[in-house]
Amino acid sequence: MTMKAGTNLEKVLESGAFAVTAEAGPAKGAVTSVIERKGEMLKPCCDAVNVTDNQSAVVRMSSWSSCVLLKRLGLDPVMQIVVRDRNRLAIQSDVLGAVAMGIQNILCLSGDHQAIGNHPDAKGVYDIDSIQLIQMLKGMRDEKKFQCGEEISGEVPIFIGAAANPFAAPFEYRVLRLAKKVKAGADFIQTQAIFDVAKFAKWMEMVRDRGLDKQTHILAGLVPIKSVGMARYMKDYVSGVYVPDEVVTRLEGAKNAKEEGIKICLETIEQLKEIQGVHGIHIMAVAWEEMVPHIVEQAKLLPRPVV
Amino acid sequence: MIVGKQKPLPEIREMIADYGNILILGCGTCATVCFAGGEREVDILASSLGIAAKLEGKERVTTKHTVKRQCEWEFLDEIEEKVKQADAVLSLGCGVGVQAIAERFPEIPVLPGLDTLFMGMPVEEGVWVERCVGCGNCILNQTGGICPIARCPKGLINGPCGGYRDGKCEVDPTRDCAWVLIYERLKKMGRLDMLHTSQPLKDYSKMGHPRSITR
Repeated sequence: MTMKAGTNLEKVLESGAFAVTAEAGPAKGAVTSVIERKGEMLKPCCDAVNVTDNQSAVVRMSSWSSCVLLKRLGLDPVMQIVVRDRNRLAIQSDVLGAVAMGIQNILCLSGDHQAIGNHPDAKGVYDIDSIQLIQMLKGMRDEKKFQCGEEISGEVPIFIGAAANPFAAPFEYRVLRLAKKVKAGADFIQTQAIFDVAKFAKWMEMVRDRGLDKQTHILAGLVPIKSVGMARYMKDYVSGVYVPDEVVTRLEGAKNAKEEGIKICLETIEQLKEIQGVHGIHIMAVAWEEMVPHIVEQAKLLPRPVV
Repeated sequence: MIVGKQKPLPEIREMIADYGNILILGCGTCATVCFAGGEREVDILASSLGIAAKLEGKERVTTKHTVKRQCEWEFLDEIEEKVKQADAVLSLGCGVGVQAIAERFPEIPVLPGLDTLFMGMPVEEGVWVERCVGCGNCILNQTGGICPIARCPKGLINGPCGGYRDGKCEVDPTRDCAWVLIYERLKKMGRLDMLHTSQPLKDYSKMGHPRSITR
């Protein structure tokens, strides 16, 4: 079949293999070593690596430049774009630049509101929303047109991604929202972290009922938990993350919370593998990237397919 | 209505420091209704500034007046004499009122006594909330009569972000997520189908400043 962008991630997903992606946060400075160290660590165990775009509305090195650094190391980067900081002109020009540098997986996000980050006085842009961003990228790729309708010279091969939060109430609305993203042109989906597998399975059932799993590749999100404090913090303060009480209780009762956190993560992966329509996992090991190779190995997902 | 709130007294005192004779000018429309700059607030502010002047040992004359609307020329004629006698006008109208005074009386300094905030309404006693941003392209017919541009901090027009929790906004957990409200209202109306349609990119040229219409 013809590939949309021909990235490693797209090839792995199209081959039918169970994909593994991970997230890497860029440096809070201009040093290249931070993202490069994470890249070296993640390269053997991931099909693609996401680079966040000023996550939690905290300023870091830009996603696209960090992606370039990963690309140089031979990784397949996923550039995350949030619509908080850039308008339609800036986003389109960044996308052209990214594709020119070989960065062709792009994840479209709303982004955390600036009020919760480290520049709360900033003016939020929100010129377009995440669904419109998907549409805009699809137009750039499939019609070779800018959002305004003007022709783009040459091809813009992009593999378009979007996020999904299967847990926020009203529950039934979340599937509707996914359907909208798929209709807009999302080729792959990376979900919010899953701790409540039963609820996720119910969501996937609704996804399958609508046939959405056949139209997009769904990668199930995971956040390995390092400590009881982290579990509590995520439960109470992290936007969009749902940590059930049982997880907190289990970590509280554990002798070694780190080991227990990894155990929970591995058990979740085993359960996710069994859910029909899940095409892979996306590991967001926040400031704990060094655990990803171990998790992928223990989950028996090594070696990664060569496609 | 246009909702504003009075600037803190120290800020007002600093603004008027160079002027001995001040006309405190209230506005009888929006600023009165939102208890920010009507006759009552003019009286209170005049007393406060009087006390402050005494404490500082300063000579200051304040004149009080409230017009029906500061934002229309026809209501400004009545203050011409009072303005001429003042060193400065301290307007308790919104930003529109302040600018109308400045334009009508070009030789007299006009000072803003309010911070103008938003277009909104009182939802309960003492609580005003924003309802409209004047985007120039109303879509309320498609969003159950609830505006996501004014009521979602990200102004998202295609549904909520992933950050809301238990129906509350990620920016302020005491506030309802606009999109959850929209969802629930459309559900009650039996019109959840409206959520399937994707809204196109918004034409922000209709919000480009300064805007005007001619009839």
